[in-house]
Amino acid sequence: MQVTVNGAPAEVQEAATVAALLAARGGGEHRRVAVALNGEVVPRSRWETTRLAPGDSIEVLAPTAGG
Amino acid sequence: MTTSDVAPALHRQEAADPFAIAGEPFTSRLLLGTGGVPSLEVLERAVVASGTQLVTVALRRMEAVIGGPLLEVLDRCGVRQLPNTAGCRTAREAVLTAQLAREALDTSWVKLEVIGDETTLLPDAVELLDAADQLVADGFTVLAYTNDDPILGRRLADAGCAAVMPLGSPIGSGLGIRNPHNIALLREAVDVPLVLDAGIGTASDAALAMELGCDAVLLASAVTRARAPERMALAMRHAVEAGRLARGAGRIPRRWHAEASTPTEGLAEL
Repeated sequence: MQVTVNGAPAEVQEAATVAALLAARGGGEHRRVAVALNGEVVPRSRWETTRLAPGDSIEVLAPTAGG
Repeated sequence: MTTSDVAPALHRQEAADPFAIAGEPFTSRLLLGTGGVPSLEVLERAVVASGTQLVTVALRRMEAVIGGPLLEVLDRCGVRQLPNTAGCRTAREAVLTAQLAREALDTSWVKLEVIGDETTLLPDAVELLDAADQLVADGFTVLAYTNDDPILGRRLADAGCAAVMPLGSPIGSGLGIRNPHNIALLREAVDVPLVLDAGIGTASDAALAMELGCDAVLLASAVTRARAPERMALAMRHAVEAGRLARGAGRIPRRWHAEASTPTEGLAEL
């Protein structure tokens, strides 16, 4: 199924979890990332249980230099 | 007491001059932003030279960041990380960004920025106050980047912001403090920590901020984009300390005409 990750179309397995998406993208290794799903925060404690649906928009963010 | 005893005693006294944000004490009154830094090595040297204990970071899409090494550098320096909401244009964006930063960095502190346009990067007062209300209600410790408007500053303090952080001039402009009078009025208007944030160009600007009564100074570009960032970081450290000392010591009144410091009594008639 198709979702949007950080503004770009991405193909993921049906009902993939947020955790699986992060693992596939190497984001799981980074302790300090945060995830928004359709404009709502997904707390780390819910990454394993939150499943994606077709058309979902996911933002995966990490700290960088700024401000 | 000899003069050689006085200086160290004063130094000890001034060294024990901490200020607190939300009950958290800081001995350094210089907050450093990391934006515009040419390399992490330069950043690390600048952080150390500045003596700062609080450093801002931003949140960006994972592919676009150098997050791991940056945070390792900041961890190694032993500084607290303060996420910002830079780039947000609405209260909704800023609140969501703060919530994501809380997840990523495990901190409920946030430097709240809500920008009105890309040309000036000036705060959008309406969205800013709305976001501050929402974030305080959500348990955040909000350090609000704001216009140099005493009334808005008071509204932000009343909303429960832990610090009010007026600009001296637009972000990255290096124009210094364009309206010192407003900064002095802000000092009277709010009891929470007042942090001059944005517009600092060189050390004298940072000293002026402290002389006007600010509790601290937050700057980034003035150091990161200086020809010698480490040296400028040290200059800023001294400037903030000098300005703080001068504020406490009390400047003399300004006079229109000269007033001789040498006594006229006993002047020879030649």
